[in-house]
Amino acid sequence: MKLFHYAAPQHFYPLAGRLWPWLALMATVLALVGLWVGFMVAPSDAQQGQAYRIIYIHVPVSWMAMVIYLAMAFWSVLGLVFNTRLSGLMTRALAPTGALLAFLSLWTGALWGKPMWGTYWVWDARLTSMLILLFLYLGYIALTSAIEDPRRSDRAGALVAVVGAVNVPIIYFSVKWWNTLHQGASVSLTQSPSMASIMLTGMLLMSLAVWLYAAAIALWRVRSMILERDSHAAWVHQLPEVLAHRAHRDWRGAA
Amino acid sequence: MNTPAMTVPVSALVAQPALPSPWQAMLGLLRRDLRLALRRKAEWLGAVFFFVLVAALFPLAIGPEPATLRLIGPGVLWVAALLASMLSLGRLFDADHQDGSLEQLALSVAPLPWMVSAKLLAHWLISGLPLVLLSPLLGLQFGLGGRGLGHVGAHALDRHARVVTFGCNWRGPHFGCARWRGVAVAFALAFVCAGVGVRHGCGRRADAWPRGRSACVHHVGPLARFSGAQPLGLCGGFALGAGMKREGP
Repeated sequence: MKLFHYAAPQHFYPLAGRLWPWLALMATVLALVGLWVGFMVAPSDAQQGQAYRIIYIHVPVSWMAMVIYLAMAFWSVLGLVFNTRLSGLMTRALAPTGALLAFLSLWTGALWGKPMWGTYWVWDARLTSMLILLFLYLGYIALTSAIEDPRRSDRAGALVAVVGAVNVPIIYFSVKWWNTLHQGASVSLTQSPSMASIMLTGMLLMSLAVWLYAAAIALWRVRSMILERDSHAAWVHQLPEVLAHRAHRDWRGAA
Repeated sequence: MNTPAMTVPVSALVAQPALPSPWQAMLGLLRRDLRLALRRKAEWLGAVFFFVLVAALFPLAIGPEPATLRLIGPGVLWVAALLASMLSLGRLFDADHQDGSLEQLALSVAPLPWMVSAKLLAHWLISGLPLVLLSPLLGLQFGLGGRGLGHVGAHALDRHARVVTFGCNWRGPHFGCARWRGVAVAFALAFVCAGVGVRHGCGRRADAWPRGRSACVHHVGPLARFSGAQPLGLCGGFALGAGMKREGP
């Protein structure tokens, strides 16, 4: 039962408030260190020269775009099975960040593709499935914002999130299943890394930074969503920040 | 008790609001429309999303052969921009018509053509500009090069201007008949725009574009037509104004 304690928005709100500043701080520090390692310390690549350095942005962002969709699917399953109120809110809070990261992944990939492949875009299996991921994010956002009733909109969105999750393994394995222009995975859990350890360090630092950033921004966003959806509830009206806001508004109204 | 204050005429005591100049009224309306659009993002983002999605679905459906894509790219983008423009056309006057603010605009002292121009300009900025900016980006997906991208952008511009002006012309007089006007306007627009587009050769093959006419004409042509379409839009505005004045009190 303790597990579901934080499934109530009322209990999750203060927890998220305590967590997100620390996550954001750590994300900033790690990103600065990761960028320093990636752009200052790591040597240039033997084949690709300086242009390879886009991987310090491109790879972490692409990973996270996929991970966030899986996280959305996870929360959606939880919401559909247990009917917890927080699940829909978490799914919703993750979606804009996922869309942003998917877009950044495509964008940085295009910028890298021009000098390397000679084109910004090809209809390669990896690129196409990533584009579909972006559309899934956008479709989720469009669908949930089109339905007025919040619970119904959460359910409809959850369905999209769960069904669309099929796309994530397709993205991941596309470089193996099809003969793609996109190169294979640079990092693997089963084999020893094929890249220099300093490059790997930079990439992992950036991945951690993006990971923490996504968590921080999602928690920050879910707090606003909780306040908005529970605006009729008594506990919201007793929150110190809400009381302070109201006092400030009254004071301005009086002045 | 005949104090001097009592001899002052009442009209001097009541603050006389200064009438806004047409420019001020136009700017105010423009700002209002833009602010409303920023608050209801879903309305116009939907059309933009539609445009991107349609353009991305064609290569998925047809296949990724670069030669084929380069062949169909401009046409697909042209059709997609046309349909997306028609999708967002509904928000040009309908919401204002329903809540009565269109009537108030027509009754206001500000000159009606200025008001309609402001609404057209706001509509173009909200739903036309994103299409124009996006179409070269989508052109990259079809393997179009520098010159082709310029054409695609210019044609999106042209397309949207045409749809808006015709839309304004057609929607204006038809406000009364709500039931069929959506369908009618859609059909009429599709045929009128398609007809004009085909006549101008907008849907021509990409590789034929630079050779068909001189590059200069190609770049300037759509822009010239766009500027030519603006007076048309104003005519639409006048027609709308006249129609409303007839219906009004």
